[in-house]
Amino acid sequence: MKDTADAAQADRSAAGRLAISARGLAKSFGDTRAVAGVDLDVPSGSIFAVLGPNGAGKTTLMRMLATLTPPDAGSATVMGHDLVRAPHAVRGAIAMTGQFASLDEDLTGRENLIMLARLWGFQGRAARARADELFAAFDLSHAAKKQVKDYSGGMRRRLDIAASLIVTPGVLFLDEPTTGLDPTARQKVWRMIRRLARSGVTILLTTQYLEEADQLAERIAVIDHGRKIAEGTSRELKAATGSGVLHVALADPARLDEAAELLGRALDAPVHRSPEGGQLAVAAPSPAAANRAVAALLEAEITPADFSLGSPSLEEVFFSLTGRAEPQTEDTE
Amino acid sequence: MKDAVTPATLTRVERPAQPSPLSNALVFGWRAVLKFRHVPEQLFDLVMTPIMFTLLFTFVFGGALAGSSGDYLQFFLPGILVQTVVFNAVYSGMGLSTDIGKGLFDRFRSLPIWPLAPFAGLMVGDVLRHLIAGTIILGIGLGLGYRPEAGVPGVLAAFALLVAIGFGFGWIFIVLGLIVRTPTTVMTLSFTFLFPVVFASNIMVDPATMPDWLRAFVEVNPVTLMTTAMRGLMGGTADLGEVLRALIAPALLTLGLAPVTLWLYRRQ
Repeated sequence: MKDTADAAQADRSAAGRLAISARGLAKSFGDTRAVAGVDLDVPSGSIFAVLGPNGAGKTTLMRMLATLTPPDAGSATVMGHDLVRAPHAVRGAIAMTGQFASLDEDLTGRENLIMLARLWGFQGRAARARADELFAAFDLSHAAKKQVKDYSGGMRRRLDIAASLIVTPGVLFLDEPTTGLDPTARQKVWRMIRRLARSGVTILLTTQYLEEADQLAERIAVIDHGRKIAEGTSRELKAATGSGVLHVALADPARLDEAAELLGRALDAPVHRSPEGGQLAVAAPSPAAANRAVAALLEAEITPADFSLGSPSLEEVFFSLTGRAEPQTEDTE
Repeated sequence: MKDAVTPATLTRVERPAQPSPLSNALVFGWRAVLKFRHVPEQLFDLVMTPIMFTLLFTFVFGGALAGSSGDYLQFFLPGILVQTVVFNAVYSGMGLSTDIGKGLFDRFRSLPIWPLAPFAGLMVGDVLRHLIAGTIILGIGLGLGYRPEAGVPGVLAAFALLVAIGFGFGWIFIVLGLIVRTPTTVMTLSFTFLFPVVFASNIMVDPATMPDWLRAFVEVNPVTLMTTAMRGLMGGTADLGEVLRALIAPALLTLGLAPVTLWLYRRQ
């Protein structure tokens, strides 16, 4: 009982403040520094995205915060509980949905949830009732009696998230919640995440999709090679990249290389090509500078089909932070 | 119902009172029972090898080894029960390796439960498997003419010993399951270790005809000690020393490997 009293107090003290506060978290595997000293402050009740390419250390960071991997160095509190000294109390206040649907595939969906409900301490009828409630809420009642191995990817993901909500967690960890889902299933999961956040659950999610972080998260931490290289709201990150970005699309794509070189020289900044290759983006310190750059193109008789000066996309932010085109392309895991 | 999560289900669901370690362990035991319902094929895996061994040794080698098939079966059956249990204990290790690979174990580890509960659950599943497989093999033996001289009490005592043996050996494969990445490697490694231990014993033949160096090993092989005690219990000739000697290995394995298991579980 003392344990619950302590937990209740910790809950109160965390309310309206930080759900997660980490300082200098580090973890190495052999010679690889997976996480090399990360500070993180996640406000209570927000959606916080950890964005980075594969192998950046996102999953390791999350596993440390979820008590699955002990950190080599650093400290953290989760919902007011010390990660290292009171891991059991942390576990009582969190739920984690890993990258792969962590369910027993031989059992039915309903049996999986009943099993977890019982592990949380719901007994007999209460455990079954909680499972049925979650099935109805997640629009899965029709599949409750099916073995999980017969579920589609989207259904698995929803069941997996449902399994994390048996007891409303203070913090819900979602490791790449929409990786491998089709667009419809992804939208469904996003809607679910937003609703959860609105109900007061703090959500920490990792993603390698810029769009996902942009769409969902109030704050974004960009992680690369185990370090946090930037943090802020999507707007702040974009603003930090520069006052504006000049976007140019060419009438004649064959001259893209030539145009990229000209723009880079004119504005003295790296030029980012959009994944499709048809568009160039380069930071411009002022409208006048952008104007001169476009003039340089016209002088070389390269005709832009379209050009504009605007704020950078999150993808371009990542490019300017890491010097790499886009997070998905780097795969070192 | 298009918009999946309704606010009503998300009104804070508070955590019920913390369940006891026993309750946690029983949930995992329940899971093992459910597995029997959903994957009944596993029973086939469990009993096919011992059934084939029983038939092969009894009818093909039995006459040559013991004069007649009937006499050989009388000698062989308690031993094949030991072999069945020791081989089947590998199953838990494979299951564990599968759970870890699928990420299911991470979910368990992120729950505020008794850390040994998942293993206790595996053990419950093991005990059930041992009892079911043992009963089937004994049933076949009885059908072929095996008669336990010690009657029902002897058989019950022998089965209790059998469960203890399976429990002790189970730790080896749980530790392997925690270390080794794929279930098939767990199986291969386990059998590489088990084959010499099981065959260089007195399960199939009396070690009297073996060369001295081998006999020296066979006589201290825990499998031999267990088989001797099983024969004694079912034949009504067991003494306390025999049974205690059979229990040395299971006891040492449990004492030595349970802490290792817990350490590996936390370290991962």
